[in-house]
Amino acid sequence: MSELTADDVKKVASLARLTLAEGDVARYQEQLGNVLNYVDRLDEVDTTDVEPMAHAIETVNVFRQDEPRDSLDREQALANAPQTDGTYFLVPAILDEG
Amino acid sequence: MKVTTIVGLEVHVQLLTRTKIFCGCVNRFNPNAPNTQTCPVCLGLPGSLPVMNEEAFRLSLITAMSLNCELASFTKWDRKQYYYPDLPKAYQISQYDLPFSHDGWLDVSTDEGEPRRIRINRAHLEEDAGKNTHDESGRGGDSHVDLNRCGTPLLEIVSEPDIRSAAEAKAYLEDLHLLLTYLGVSDCNMQEGSLRCDANVNLHIEQDDGETIATPIVEVKNLNSFRGVEASIAYEAERQQNEFAETGLKIGDPGAPAKTTRGWNAERGVTIAQRIKEEASDYRYFPDPDLMPVTVSEEQLADVRSGLCEFPAVRRARIEEDYGLSKYDASVVINQGQDFADYFEAVAQVCGDGKQAANWVTQNVLRELNERRVALDEFPISAGILAALLQQIVGGQLTVKSGREVFDELLSGHDEGTPPSEDRITEIVEDKGLAMPSDTGELDALIDATIAAHEKAVDDIRNGKLQAAGPLIGKVMRQLKGSDPQAVRQRIIERIQQT
Repeated sequence: MSELTADDVKKVASLARLTLAEGDVARYQEQLGNVLNYVDRLDEVDTTDVEPMAHAIETVNVFRQDEPRDSLDREQALANAPQTDGTYFLVPAILDEG
Repeated sequence: MKVTTIVGLEVHVQLLTRTKIFCGCVNRFNPNAPNTQTCPVCLGLPGSLPVMNEEAFRLSLITAMSLNCELASFTKWDRKQYYYPDLPKAYQISQYDLPFSHDGWLDVSTDEGEPRRIRINRAHLEEDAGKNTHDESGRGGDSHVDLNRCGTPLLEIVSEPDIRSAAEAKAYLEDLHLLLTYLGVSDCNMQEGSLRCDANVNLHIEQDDGETIATPIVEVKNLNSFRGVEASIAYEAERQQNEFAETGLKIGDPGAPAKTTRGWNAERGVTIAQRIKEEASDYRYFPDPDLMPVTVSEEQLADVRSGLCEFPAVRRARIEEDYGLSKYDASVVINQGQDFADYFEAVAQVCGDGKQAANWVTQNVLRELNERRVALDEFPISAGILAALLQQIVGGQLTVKSGREVFDELLSGHDEGTPPSEDRITEIVEDKGLAMPSDTGELDALIDATIAAHEKAVDDIRNGKLQAAGPLIGKVMRQLKGSDPQAVRQRIIERIQQT
């Protein structure tokens, strides 16, 4: 893994809609870089003949029946929202709607 | 210069399950009661865990089989990360590298007769997001978010870029629509967003020197009608050709984006440039640790397969053959869905005349269904009763015209509280005196009397002037209510030749 760049940090922040102060970028670059370097140690293991793993637990086929259960009341659903009008969740205007 | 339009379609279909894909909230279009069909799973609350809906997976398998896809014996779910208010978890559970099905095809009907085979790249299962409503006043007011739709099971069906025109794209979507509604895997209600479509469009332009140039690919989003699909692709093809004439930009050129996104504006009939699509790697897919992979055995597949109905394209060909229908009639019957096709076959088998049955169900029955705005299971005249009526027509006891009178009378009787029945048919026929003479004695006597009184006309007929039979038919018809003029004409000519 090549070194994490300042641009990488900015890109990840923008994907997560986070605003970073210019002064913070170097600090996150170092901290995130350390995490990645640590994970990179896994590369030392030879995995040539190892099947990629889809899940940590070897259980498959966990299904539920198609039977309805009660939903939350609207009041409960909206209870944690920073902003609502009692009917909808409200969010600041989205400008770059795709 | 030869220009070919190249189109691939991504179709999203909501599955007809009772509940959502990963929780027990009801799966129901309900924009009038926002945020009343959610739970901690839909809302992405910490500690909540998704569990796969068995029925959603079964419907997916059925669809993939009907699209001739290969089914994976092992499939898993992945997180597609993006940040948007209609997606509370900030990731969509989808399928990335191991979709449950891939590499199929759909034969699309064409006007030329021979169907066109459009390859399917893959079909995978995912969850739908919520719905944002934006302030359109331009004053930048808050957006409203309704999460009722979050977690609705969604099948994404991705075609290969095999479609070669706007009309063909529409035909593909119509055939897919028919297949999915026929199989009952989706209601495909486009107004309600149960079937949505994005189109990838570009052009192959053959230059004078023989070299073929490809224009940059444009993904047209938000297509929610058949007409929109056709119109937007036609618009986009023309726009790209003009743009190419102006800029000469081709796919892969420096400064040419690999793919851009445009939205279809149905009111203005134009596509409008949108934000640059995030690179696939920006979605940062990884396997969802909350969901267990699914394995599918040959036995399970055989089980699903054994419960499958006959696919519409196969049935269309069969009823055309079995009942001697025209291609057009067979299509009309099949396009109305499985119940309608069942109704037709029941009528056709009992009355013994497929063509007659097709005429009645595609004209009289269909017209009544539309006028009454009812589904077939609410239609007062059952297949058995219609078949009994048609039996009399086929057997020559009733004329088609009289049959229509009985049909209308059965319906108006129903509206006044008398249910249609076979006895009702007999009653109506008697009351109105519609029955054709049971033996030809009465008819023959009348004809013989008429022939005797009109020697000149009879001579003309003997001499091959068959149109001279017209006045004779009229005279007989006036005395024998409800007779079939064709039958009378036939009999008059026969009697004249016999005497």
